[in-house]
Amino acid sequence: MLNKYPLWKYLLILVIVSAGFLYALPNMYGEDPALQISATRGGDVEISQLEQVKQALEQNQIPFQSIKIENNQIQVRFKDTEDQLEARDVSMQVLGTDFIVALNIMPAQPKWLEDVGGNPMKLGLDLRGGVHFLMEVDMSVALQKKQEEMLADFRAELREQRIRYHRLTEYGNGVKVTFRKEDEMAAALDHLSDTFAELTIDESRSEDNTLLATMSEARVKEVKEYALQQNITIIRNRVNQLGVAEPLVMRQGAERIVVELPGVQDTARAKEILGATATLEFRKVDEDADAASAATGRVPPGSEVFYDRRTGQPVVLKKDVILTGNHITGANSSFDEYQRPQVNIDLDGQGGNKMSHFTKDNIGKPMATLFVEYKATGRKKPDGSLEFEAIKEVINVATIQARLARSFRITGIDSPNEAQNLALLLRAGALIAPIQIVEERTVGPSLGQENIDLGMTAIIWGFCLVLAFMILYYRGFGVVANIALALNLVLIVGVMSLIPGATLTLPGMAGIVLTVGMAVDANVLIFERIREEIIDGRGPQQAIHQGYDSAFSTIADANITTFIAAVILFAVGTGPIKGFAVTLAIGIITSMFTAIVVTRAVVNASVGGRKVNKLSI
Amino acid sequence: MWFRFKNTINFMSQAKLAIFFSAVMILGSIASLSINGLKFGLDFTGGTLIEVGYDKAADLTEIRGQLDANGFGDAVVQHFGTSSDVLIRLAPRNDVKPETLSNQVLEVVSTTSSGEAEMRRIEFVGPSVGEELKEQGGLAMLVALICILIYVAFRFEWRFALGSVLALAHDVTITVGLFSILGIEFDLTVLAAVLAVIGYSLNDTIVVFDRIRENFRKLRIDDVSEIINESLTQTLSRTTITSLTTVLVLLALFFKGGALIHGFATALLFGVFIGTYSSIFVASVAALKLGISREDMIPTVIEKEGADQDALM
Repeated sequence: MLNKYPLWKYLLILVIVSAGFLYALPNMYGEDPALQISATRGGDVEISQLEQVKQALEQNQIPFQSIKIENNQIQVRFKDTEDQLEARDVSMQVLGTDFIVALNIMPAQPKWLEDVGGNPMKLGLDLRGGVHFLMEVDMSVALQKKQEEMLADFRAELREQRIRYHRLTEYGNGVKVTFRKEDEMAAALDHLSDTFAELTIDESRSEDNTLLATMSEARVKEVKEYALQQNITIIRNRVNQLGVAEPLVMRQGAERIVVELPGVQDTARAKEILGATATLEFRKVDEDADAASAATGRVPPGSEVFYDRRTGQPVVLKKDVILTGNHITGANSSFDEYQRPQVNIDLDGQGGNKMSHFTKDNIGKPMATLFVEYKATGRKKPDGSLEFEAIKEVINVATIQARLARSFRITGIDSPNEAQNLALLLRAGALIAPIQIVEERTVGPSLGQENIDLGMTAIIWGFCLVLAFMILYYRGFGVVANIALALNLVLIVGVMSLIPGATLTLPGMAGIVLTVGMAVDANVLIFERIREEIIDGRGPQQAIHQGYDSAFSTIADANITTFIAAVILFAVGTGPIKGFAVTLAIGIITSMFTAIVVTRAVVNASVGGRKVNKLSI
Repeated sequence: MWFRFKNTINFMSQAKLAIFFSAVMILGSIASLSINGLKFGLDFTGGTLIEVGYDKAADLTEIRGQLDANGFGDAVVQHFGTSSDVLIRLAPRNDVKPETLSNQVLEVVSTTSSGEAEMRRIEFVGPSVGEELKEQGGLAMLVALICILIYVAFRFEWRFALGSVLALAHDVTITVGLFSILGIEFDLTVLAAVLAVIGYSLNDTIVVFDRIRENFRKLRIDDVSEIINESLTQTLSRTTITSLTTVLVLLALFFKGGALIHGFATALLFGVFIGTYSSIFVASVAALKLGISREDMIPTVIEKEGADQDALM
């Protein structure tokens, strides 16, 4: 019998279509404004904080829909944004600066949908509002810094070994040393090669008694990688402080970092925070002062009181700064010979001199490391913008054991975890290769909503126009094509919701509109074929069978080539354009399914396998 | 039935006219591209763009005056979409840090007689990023064309592949040329649209080629151009309908999709027409002139050595 699908085919189609409906469904529920509260620096959120927030909200009579702890975050949902904003201010005051209170929107779908993995589509920044930054690390500075370091290292090493040299200068991305005598050069070559294994040191071919030291390709890469990673760490740190829900900090290529902050409204502040430099200061501890009384306000002149980051204990430090963080060239955690955690610190030449000079007279005395960074206070300035303040905290107090130089270590750290944390903080406050914004795309929240509305209107208009045309032109079969078209939309939305990497953008919505227009093409091809077959004198069932069969390879070829264009677009495009490519590609696949398989099923079920005199086409 | 074409239309007799027409359009496009160039958007040139919205119709002269007084004399100020929305463009500058530039401009234009300005959009692109994008964009189109060439050559035949790629190059040149002639801004979304035009036009071309191949095998006609005419006529109703539905949705996009998507819709609208034309008159004519013949279309049967002998075991 012609034009009959076996039962399993109908069932399979039913399963796919219902899955499409299921995963498209979360988009119908909309979203609730919410607060997302997490502890700074990966700390834990306790049930007591939840109670605190709950009480504060009740006291201030701010209605909320639900409050719970999930993924180590307190999540509070509200009915409208007004309550949400009010609640943020209240919560920030109650919790203080140890917690980050971020505004967010949370999908409002019922729990059973969430349990099966159903989530609404992710909206791009152009629809959601927010900031997209592309930042570039100035690698030339990072390399130059390394070169200066090499110069200082060579100078120190040659002096220590009592090898006389004539001149030491910069050369390419390395250094050049000239000697007066050949045997001096030979001794230096011998010695320097051993000490600086990471460098390539060779005799110069054009100049006599000259050594050239250059960084190997791998070493240059390593330096750049370090600078990039350092910047990413610092930016992550700062972004966390901005109190943005679901921020994104990601490397792009070898020198760039993408930062995306959805929903940020005060972009000027965001830029300020991202651009601000956290710094470090090494200071001498004022041993004569009594920390407890200093904390109550009796601070000796020439000293200041600070608090320990972890214990909260007051520490009195001299106002004079021994050294600032911009002399630090590297910091990492490791273990000493007794397997105790420690942090190794490298300074540049100048920093080494300063440190050496200071520690010479202060062996046995405590030295503190002070970390300076910017945090939102939760208060607002008179002009309505958020207030930020520099927060200075003591991250470490250590006793000076010996005269320190360019390379030293901090021991007596409780746990490897803490050593790691300290190294991270030291790096964050160290001089880094400067970073600058090379691309910014900010969309205000009102424009985002407007873009959604415009996109939706365009989709609805385009959709209705095509529906009307198909019914007018193909009548009965037009209805079938329209069912396929509607299912196609549902499937696109379902697949977009299901794929974690897919984001809906304004060009993406344009892509959906375009897909609607082009998806009918497959049906047009099939239907035109069927008409031709009928004109050629075939019976209805034969015509349907032939029409679908002969149109298939054409449809496949045509769609595969468009798919190629979509893939290439995805590969080169950024942000919104990628969104367009994704929707286009998904649309091609779903439209082939609906236009070929689904319409065939509908046709088979309605007219297939029985005697029909005339087709409504 | 509205788009039935009973009699075979002799498209190929118009080949000369089509070649002339296409040549004129391509030369015109190239001339305009080399003389006027393309009005590249911010994505490619770098610079700063700020869109602000006022409560009521904004007075552009006043805003220009304010910007001028604050050292932004080079700013281009225009309405965007509605009369209360204003778009301000600034060329890349060396003296101001890009991070702070947009904030300064926002401050300057935030209060006028038209009320307070609300920030709607800020776009800043560094000059180096723009340059890279230009390179990547050109590369993307080239890669797309080559990939398609390979696929079509693999699925059909090299003459068809060449014909389709010629048609695509034709479409891209003329679409981009139109943007140059009309002086419409060419930004990233337009580039996406041009790539979508490639996809669409190819779609059309493939459908036509598919029918030509089929007819070579099916029809007992020796005249190649007649086979092509027959195929084009058979697919003409489909070509018309698909173009029509696509144009319908593009019109919806053009009129309802907002100002941000205008360039995109324009490029595609134009591209659909030129793509439809090219699949008939460029791709097919090219295949014809390259000397396509029935032998190229019939799969050759390779006779296996010893196939006619009985198996030994």
